[in-house]
Amino acid sequence: MEQHTVSRTKEFLHHIRRNRKVKAGLALFAAILALAIVGPLFTPYGPLEPTGEAGRPPSLEHPLGTNTFTYDVYAQTVYGLRSSLLIGFLGGLIATVIGILIGLAAGYMGGLVDEFLMMLTNIFLVIPTLALLIVIAAYIEYRGIMIESLIIGLTSWPWTARAVRAQTLSLKNREFVLVARMSGASGLRIMVGEILPNMFSYAIMVFILQFGGAILYAVGLDFLGLGPTKGISLGLILQQAVLWNAIQLGMWWWAIPPGLIIALLLASLYTINTGMDEVLNPRLRRLE
Amino acid sequence: MLLEVRGLRAYYRTLTGYVKAVNGVDLQLGEEILGIVGESGSGKSTLASSIILPKPPLRIVEGEVLFRGERIVAPSDTSGLTRVRYRHISIIPQYAMDSLSPTRKVYKIIKDLARGLGDDVLAKARRRLRRVNLPERVLDMYPVELSGGMKQRTVIVISTLLDPEVLIADEVTSALDVTTQRAVLEMLRDFKDSGIVRSIMIITHDIASVYQVSDTLAIMYAGRIVEHGPAEKVIRDPLHPYAQALISSIPKIGIHYKMQKLKGIPGNPPSLRNPPSGCAFHPRCSRSLDECSSREPRMVSKDGRRVACLLYE
Amino acid sequence: MGLLSYIVRKTGIYLLTFFVAVTLNWAIPRLMPGDPIGVLLSRFATLPESSEVVYSYFMRSFGFDRPLWEQYLDFWRALFNGDLGVSIYMYPQKVEDIVLQALPYDLVLIVPAVVVSWIIGNWLGAVAATSRRLDNLLMPLFYFLTSSPYFWMAIVLAWLLTVVFPLFPSSGAYSPGMVPSLSTAFIIDFIKHWTLPFLSLLLVMLGGWAIGMRNLIIYELESNYSRYMEALGAGRRLILSYAFRNAMLPQITGLALQIGLAVAGAITTEIVFSYPGLGFLMLQAIQNQDYFLMQGAFLVIVVMVLVANFVIDLIYAAIDPRIRSAYAGEA
Repeated sequence: MEQHTVSRTKEFLHHIRRNRKVKAGLALFAAILALAIVGPLFTPYGPLEPTGEAGRPPSLEHPLGTNTFTYDVYAQTVYGLRSSLLIGFLGGLIATVIGILIGLAAGYMGGLVDEFLMMLTNIFLVIPTLALLIVIAAYIEYRGIMIESLIIGLTSWPWTARAVRAQTLSLKNREFVLVARMSGASGLRIMVGEILPNMFSYAIMVFILQFGGAILYAVGLDFLGLGPTKGISLGLILQQAVLWNAIQLGMWWWAIPPGLIIALLLASLYTINTGMDEVLNPRLRRLE
Repeated sequence: MLLEVRGLRAYYRTLTGYVKAVNGVDLQLGEEILGIVGESGSGKSTLASSIILPKPPLRIVEGEVLFRGERIVAPSDTSGLTRVRYRHISIIPQYAMDSLSPTRKVYKIIKDLARGLGDDVLAKARRRLRRVNLPERVLDMYPVELSGGMKQRTVIVISTLLDPEVLIADEVTSALDVTTQRAVLEMLRDFKDSGIVRSIMIITHDIASVYQVSDTLAIMYAGRIVEHGPAEKVIRDPLHPYAQALISSIPKIGIHYKMQKLKGIPGNPPSLRNPPSGCAFHPRCSRSLDECSSREPRMVSKDGRRVACLLYE
Repeated sequence: MGLLSYIVRKTGIYLLTFFVAVTLNWAIPRLMPGDPIGVLLSRFATLPESSEVVYSYFMRSFGFDRPLWEQYLDFWRALFNGDLGVSIYMYPQKVEDIVLQALPYDLVLIVPAVVVSWIIGNWLGAVAATSRRLDNLLMPLFYFLTSSPYFWMAIVLAWLLTVVFPLFPSSGAYSPGMVPSLSTAFIIDFIKHWTLPFLSLLLVMLGGWAIGMRNLIIYELESNYSRYMEALGAGRRLILSYAFRNAMLPQITGLALQIGLAVAGAITTEIVFSYPGLGFLMLQAIQNQDYFLMQGAFLVIVVMVLVANFVIDLIYAAIDPRIRSAYAGEA
């Protein structure tokens, strides 16, 4: 049994390393991650530290210029990137865990449990997540990164639950699960010991998508003024930029680069995900 | 000769190397029903693909396929196939159950496939449907509305609609129950006897059901044909040790028996990535000689058939 | 499953979803830490005629030390009377009136953006699937589009087309001096204001559809029916047309999932262009802590999405032979 999993993992890793999309996506993601980690070293300013110069275009001293409040946009962007990544990670993780647990339980237990969980899933799948997030966030007086991650995680799991359920159903009747069941293993043990490891690569793909999704939701909330009440994030920069007419005043450096980073970050995640999908699903590979 | 396969090697290209699914096949097909029998993974379905649909990841590495003496398949040149597909060589594919697009009605599929061949195609299709005991209204149905057996017969009608000289039937019986299997095989026999098709290549792992309708039998092992001759002879008195093991493991000819369940031959089917040296069967063979592991047997004529085994060289 | 039971089942799910959405709407303020309801009610105390406001069913559903279930029932009663409360920000206007005035602006943005992006995106995806060269060229672009936050795309377009090349107006649904009418001048003015928010939604959604279509077609081209057709000598164009047709079905289902995201996109895009739809309204509500307005907008958005989903289900049922044939079998 274990050998089976090990050899599959090995084969998976082998193919993953050769996939062009995975490589390109990882490179881009690594670059953005590096920017978040070492980016602040290249600026003397903090994200909310006045520089004394308002609305300056990009220069050597201010690579992305300054905004109306004299803040350095580069400093804001690299620090904001940190918190956006953190929210994406935490929110994505929460959503992935909830989605996997619900999907696994529904798919494995079947019957009424399945009916109930899938009804719940379908309901929350239809309710627009951002609208629900707005209503929840608006009632929270002091919002921090943790709270934001939590409410995003708690509202964006449904599609994962549905997808994981489908995966579980297909794995459930495979030989190795049947063998485990015949040998008298309990339901929980089969779920945790047999099905989950075989879904590991799938879970990573789900997490990557949830990671990106959480970043997008957080950016959206921040943009509506429902982000963290303190600190900085990419969404907050954009909110401020739009609120204070950065575009109309010609301060493109205030509004465009932070969003560009989000777009590139998400593109890198989606590309990695697609590459993994091609590896796991040979029918998607282009053969020529 | 209608169809001739010469020294054909066809490999699957995978990320971890080649899978040598067809590894040196010579075969001639006249006006006959030829049963090609082998375990799953013996390369028999790949043989079918390399005759009619050699496309990536499958690659023709060596050899050629001729139709009426004209080359249709060669390494890096399969252009000859476009002239003969469907009209002259046709196939009933392995997965008849989803061989028809679910979102098109049957008549539309037929019209599209037989495009430019006149309106009487549909009239002909109606006659053929009746011939296989299907109602004409099948034409106006979506494939999802047909049962498994109906789909199978519909595919047979479509595949043979242009009266091809050569018909390849790839595992047509594997998904069906015993009675239906029989009916399908007899249907193929009827198509041959009435001259709709002139020769049929039936590819199967189920030797017990196919030998009764076949004129000749070819046994495949590890991408090669090990024995090929008249069906009666091969069944009664197999020469190749693999063919012997295979046939002796059938408890009583005539009783349905699937080779997948074969217990009679010790050992596992060989890996096609790294097939054994010499004769691929030697690790499992009870009569192997010393040189079997080093020398590849040639195809020799013996007792009215062809066999590839060092015992007869 | 017959067509009728299919519709009944779907309707059931949507009614249930509506029920859950309303219940959430009622419960969220009560579940939150602190005393949001106290804050909410105290905001009304400062307004004139507050006693009158307090007597609406909707206000009654917010407490005054009555049992929770009574509050809950009053909430539903208010809803059935079309009573969503009173706005603070635009006092004394009723929330239902404000929200219904904003709704058409959303529809006029979202519906064309979804439909047009679906058509163009599917077409581009199919083109990418057929040509490896175009595939390599177009796919990175599609990934970039689908990765962009809607409102950032709006910002980029606003910068390009109202500042760098001042071709379009940058805010509102029509010029301040205009009075809505069916005159040519007004329609032209309206379309000019509508173009940029529409384009923002269109571009982002386009990427997603194109990627989906491209992957589906590549998947379908490897299917058994494609192989069969190819073995029988069918041309590439014919096989592609079959693959395209089969790939359309999942894309229609995708439409249902996309509606919710499109609404989210519209909410933020409207803010960039001060386009007076529900999103812009929500921003006003958030900034003014006008909770009733916000919750009213939420409910209307949910209903809008539910109706859209239902319509898509009906279209799907009409197109997919699998559902149709089941229906024929039952009749």
